[in-house]
Amino acid sequence: MNDFSYTQAATAKEATDLRKATPAGAYIAGGTTLLDLMKAHLAEHPQLVDINQLPLKGIEQTKDGLRIGALETMSDVGEHPLVVQQYPAVSQALLLAASPQLRNMASLGGNILQRTRCGYFRDAAFPCNKRVPGSGCPALDGDHHNLAILGVSDSCIANSYPGDLSVALTAFDAVLTLEKAKGKQRQVPLTEFYLLPGNTLQRETVLEPGELIVAITIPAATHAQRSTYLKVRERSSYAYALASAAVGLDVQGGTIRAARVALGGVGAQPWRSREAERVLTGQPATEATFRAAAAAALQGARPREHNRYKVELAQNTLVRALQQVAG
Amino acid sequence: MSSDLFPNADTPPLADNSRRSFLKQSGGILGLALAPPLASQAERLTAYSKVIQGATDITLRVNSQAHTVRVEPRVTLLDTLRERLDLTGTKKGCDHGQCGACTVHINGKRTLSCLTLAVMQQGKEITTIEGLAKGDELHPMQAAFIKHDGLQCGYCTPGQIMSGVACVQEGHATTDAQCREWMSGNLCRCGAYPNILAAVREVASQSSKG
Amino acid sequence: MDTEPQFFETNAAPGVVGQPLSRVDGWAKVTGRAKYSAEYNQLPGLVHAVLRTSDVAKGRVTSIDASAAQRQPGVLAIFTHENLPKLAKTPNNPEDQKAFASSPMSFFPMASDQVHYAGQPLAMVVADTLEHAQYAAALLKVNIAAEVPTASYLDPKATSYVPKSVKGTEGVTKRGDAQAAFRNAPVQLTATYHHATNHHNPMEPGATTAHWEAPDRLTVYDTTQGVSETQKTLAAMLGLATEQVRVVTKYLGGGFGCKAWVWPHVVLAPLAAKAVGRPVKLVLTRPQQFTGMGHREEQEQTLRLGATKEGKLLGIVHEKTSTTSPWDDYAETNSRIINMLYALPAFESTYHLAKASVMTSTSTRAPGDMPGSFAIECSMDDLAYQLGLDPIQVRLLNYAEKDPTNGHPWSSKSLKQCYARGAELFGWSQRNPRNGQTRNGKLLVGYGMATASYPVHNSQGNARVRLYADGRAVVQAGATDLGTGTYTIITQVAADALGVPPQNIRFELGDTILPTTQWSGGSTAAGRVSSSVYLAAQEVWQKLIKMAVIDRKSPLYGAKAADVVMEKGRLQLKADPGKGEAFGEVMKRASLSDVEGTAQGRYGSIYKEPGAAADANMNKEEKDAAAGYSMHAFGAHFCEVHVDPELGTVRVARWVSVMSAGRILNPKTARSQVIGGSIFGIGAALMEQTVRDPNLARYTNADLASYHVPVNADIPDMRVDFIDEHDPHVNAMGVKGIGEISIVGVTAAVANAVFHATGRRLRSLPMTPDKVLAAMRQPA
Repeated sequence: MNDFSYTQAATAKEATDLRKATPAGAYIAGGTTLLDLMKAHLAEHPQLVDINQLPLKGIEQTKDGLRIGALETMSDVGEHPLVVQQYPAVSQALLLAASPQLRNMASLGGNILQRTRCGYFRDAAFPCNKRVPGSGCPALDGDHHNLAILGVSDSCIANSYPGDLSVALTAFDAVLTLEKAKGKQRQVPLTEFYLLPGNTLQRETVLEPGELIVAITIPAATHAQRSTYLKVRERSSYAYALASAAVGLDVQGGTIRAARVALGGVGAQPWRSREAERVLTGQPATEATFRAAAAAALQGARPREHNRYKVELAQNTLVRALQQVAG
Repeated sequence: MSSDLFPNADTPPLADNSRRSFLKQSGGILGLALAPPLASQAERLTAYSKVIQGATDITLRVNSQAHTVRVEPRVTLLDTLRERLDLTGTKKGCDHGQCGACTVHINGKRTLSCLTLAVMQQGKEITTIEGLAKGDELHPMQAAFIKHDGLQCGYCTPGQIMSGVACVQEGHATTDAQCREWMSGNLCRCGAYPNILAAVREVASQSSKG
Repeated sequence: MDTEPQFFETNAAPGVVGQPLSRVDGWAKVTGRAKYSAEYNQLPGLVHAVLRTSDVAKGRVTSIDASAAQRQPGVLAIFTHENLPKLAKTPNNPEDQKAFASSPMSFFPMASDQVHYAGQPLAMVVADTLEHAQYAAALLKVNIAAEVPTASYLDPKATSYVPKSVKGTEGVTKRGDAQAAFRNAPVQLTATYHHATNHHNPMEPGATTAHWEAPDRLTVYDTTQGVSETQKTLAAMLGLATEQVRVVTKYLGGGFGCKAWVWPHVVLAPLAAKAVGRPVKLVLTRPQQFTGMGHREEQEQTLRLGATKEGKLLGIVHEKTSTTSPWDDYAETNSRIINMLYALPAFESTYHLAKASVMTSTSTRAPGDMPGSFAIECSMDDLAYQLGLDPIQVRLLNYAEKDPTNGHPWSSKSLKQCYARGAELFGWSQRNPRNGQTRNGKLLVGYGMATASYPVHNSQGNARVRLYADGRAVVQAGATDLGTGTYTIITQVAADALGVPPQNIRFELGDTILPTTQWSGGSTAAGRVSSSVYLAAQEVWQKLIKMAVIDRKSPLYGAKAADVVMEKGRLQLKADPGKGEAFGEVMKRASLSDVEGTAQGRYGSIYKEPGAAADANMNKEEKDAAAGYSMHAFGAHFCEVHVDPELGTVRVARWVSVMSAGRILNPKTARSQVIGGSIFGIGAALMEQTVRDPNLARYTNADLASYHVPVNADIPDMRVDFIDEHDPHVNAMGVKGIGEISIVGVTAAVANAVFHATGRRLRSLPMTPDKVLAAMRQPA
């Protein structure tokens, strides 16, 4: 790691002011993403602003839904009774991620901002369009067995967000509260937070320099209560998803009234599939419906040689998740 | 090329004659440099602001003892424990949060010391494997690891034990399946998993009885 | 010695050998006090070295700009190929190679501007703190004129050849006319098996701490499986006499073969320490571990098996193709186990190699036998299904009552008992003979089994035993304990051999100032070190007996030495056990505080002949010929898997291993070894693969997040049992070793269970979800 200065900010204002003064700096909360990147020389910051003292905690019911402070840890949120009862998929996404130690450390804000696990991005010795624009993407003809098949571009096929939480949040219409300076807050739905790899490979989210994630709000809904997160990986635990599905159904009298579907591990970003939701809504909760929804979800897939299996795997994962929720 | 490589080739060596003669033998082109005096600058900064820059004295509470240690902000808790405080029981297996060998407790919670900075842990209660036993009396988890042979090479063991103690306290060792999952953040390459499971489950059952 | 005992007979009164003693080093390990090689922080003025390795896999270094690195605080020295002190002898020189006890490849980096593999060390920074060294190393601007590398034997640019020999085995071996036997066989099976690159990934990365205590005296704390081999090799490379180098390895955080050798960093640390005049600690990062200490090579094997309609083998033709480095003809010798496992009349094997831009692969737990067993044990399973036989039945049908490679009888073999006991413990009789028939909800359930075997290799080494009059003893041998339990089992052996309780024994190992013994590898340490300690204890008794029989005050005065025996710490007459005395009495009267014995323990046939030149490098054929016996451990693995046919996941649900490996010194640590090897194998079967980019020849997953070793949740209940054997031929203790046999056959047992579950045969490891899904698309 490069040498940097370290400041523990006491207030959000102090934190955003510090970042304004040193735009190349970074916030640090749990540190599990940031220090990992800095140690691998994938990020260098002259200043770290420790935000752990900021009052960005708390899990509370609001009129807009469950509001979770961005500094809450994955462990605390994943096991919180309100989350477990009202948003099982969110709880499961958190508790199936990483390891108990990492979940004790990682903040929700940091989780949402984690970077791709693409081996070419993670090793500065490789060319990588995301790291060094125009340097090329060896993954296209190389090891892409766990890279994305949806929303990919010709210059990058990374799953920019490799984790689980944002997949569930994307499915259940969560909204982020961002704060750039005192009094300057804005609300951004998760579905609009991540950017697809167009011409802005290096810019992965709409977060602006110095902007803080303050809170996450998840609207209450029947389909969120009846939800699940299914994760398929190469080992039983402590691994990133090859494919995952966050699904929620509101089924009444055997008919699906509302559906939420998002896929992980297969998209350039957490992949909300409104196509699948459309296929499901108003239809009987049967395997045939689920199969049709899965086909719709993967309609636009652009697989390559070594991740072609993900088309089938993602479909099967989605069908299985829907079956589990439909009971 | 050598001029780029060794700008300080003329810097006089610091050490004894044997080294000087060795330097001559090897061509005398070794680059040697002296550390700039960063420390005093850092002290000046910390005196009136919360900014910490450069090597700075901080105080960490480890195993109920206060330790003052001089570190740069970039120094991780793991490297502080291992390289500065000689608390080498906490192991470095990957340095990137991928193996669990560096697990310690911070305010009672299991934490990876490789992915947190020492400066961030001032004022917290840090417990390492060295702080688990009471004198010669082993913690029940340590005794259970010996009894069930929950270790082979021993390198992942401190992390496994710290994780195991936390796992029981968290209430995540109530069934075999749950315990396996909640102990999966600690890799063991020797493959002691079934024995680790037996040790953690035994301590969990004792705790629930007690 | 007048009466050198030939074989350790367990005392009539139960001793501690064979008891499940808890690890004697357990206390140090669970309290964090066990000191590993990177933890000697008290050395005066200790500084840190960090390697900078090559980004590209092939090319030439055109420049290294160190100006920014130099400006970093605390930087003491920067080494590149331009200023690295020259080695007295170098692996780059084939003549010099002969002087090395354990040089893993014929290449030493930083000796020229040539880049031969990604991750090759190009520079080394020494600084006062680890952070300073790390960042300065990152700031070095390395410019390389890159060339197009060859990634593996699969690269279209690669050309394959048949080497003269690989690891002492000829490139082509023939026994009988296997081609004709196959051609004329009524049943012919041909199958090709693929194996990904695997890495040992011990939890403790490679680390070397070098301390020049004087210009001609070097002490190295190193992560090595063999302190003596490292000592000899380092001395040769640095131009020192062997005795001028001391190597210490008190605790080793796993090895699995990769720590058996003197890799470049082990040499670079002392070079740096000498140059800066201070002790230097050099620890590989986890990514550097992937290119710093070897790997198990990616490979494919084609096995053509000919059999009668009844299922009796007629001949096997085996071919292996694998990747090797630009300098060495290295391949695991897979053919060994295929040649000897069954009553096979004819065998032929050919090795094909292709040079690529990689370092030389190296010994990895059961080298050769592990991948070789995958091929033969899957093909035997195929044969069973093809002929409608039970997989155990087909193996019994081809049971080798003697070694088919040389006709020798086995020194001992209890494989039939292993099959029977394993089948019983597992409930094999519950197995549905048809595959693809058993379901548990959405999961397909399958049973599989495979045979395991590993040879008893030759080796030799010394030990010293010092018995004090107060009943305590110090036992010494320069062995290493990789986590295998050496500390514990040798304590047990010494306790019984000396007739004192184990808590009275202090066993010291891991230091070249102790009696020289060979490395811990090839499953040799348990048998060799236990035998040498046992024999050294016998020398103590012989000395004491001689003292007693000439001591007028002893009840044994005047007896013939040959008539006196030791029983639980007492010297007594064989014929009249009441006549005798405790050894302490003899020593007290002679005013001796202690008596010392030494011995050379030999492993393999030659242990019985103390006068014979015990050539530990004797190969298996020579050893077996000398003994007239073939020496192998045998065993069997059984497992149940659950396959999700839609999600492609495979989980091992139950596991049973039964091993026969001579005397089991400690069933607790032995069981741990067996489950450990099985888990290592389950990793190789289901998840472990290092991927090298096909164009850039650089690993894309050199970390523990994406190179998946099994986690706790992957591992089910495991049951281990041993068939105890009395084998007086292998060594004085009758120990065969279990570190490697535990992994042999594991991948096949899992694959056979997957076949039973799904009706699909997966022949490419690891069996990841993508491959399972692809197989499920095929007809059963």
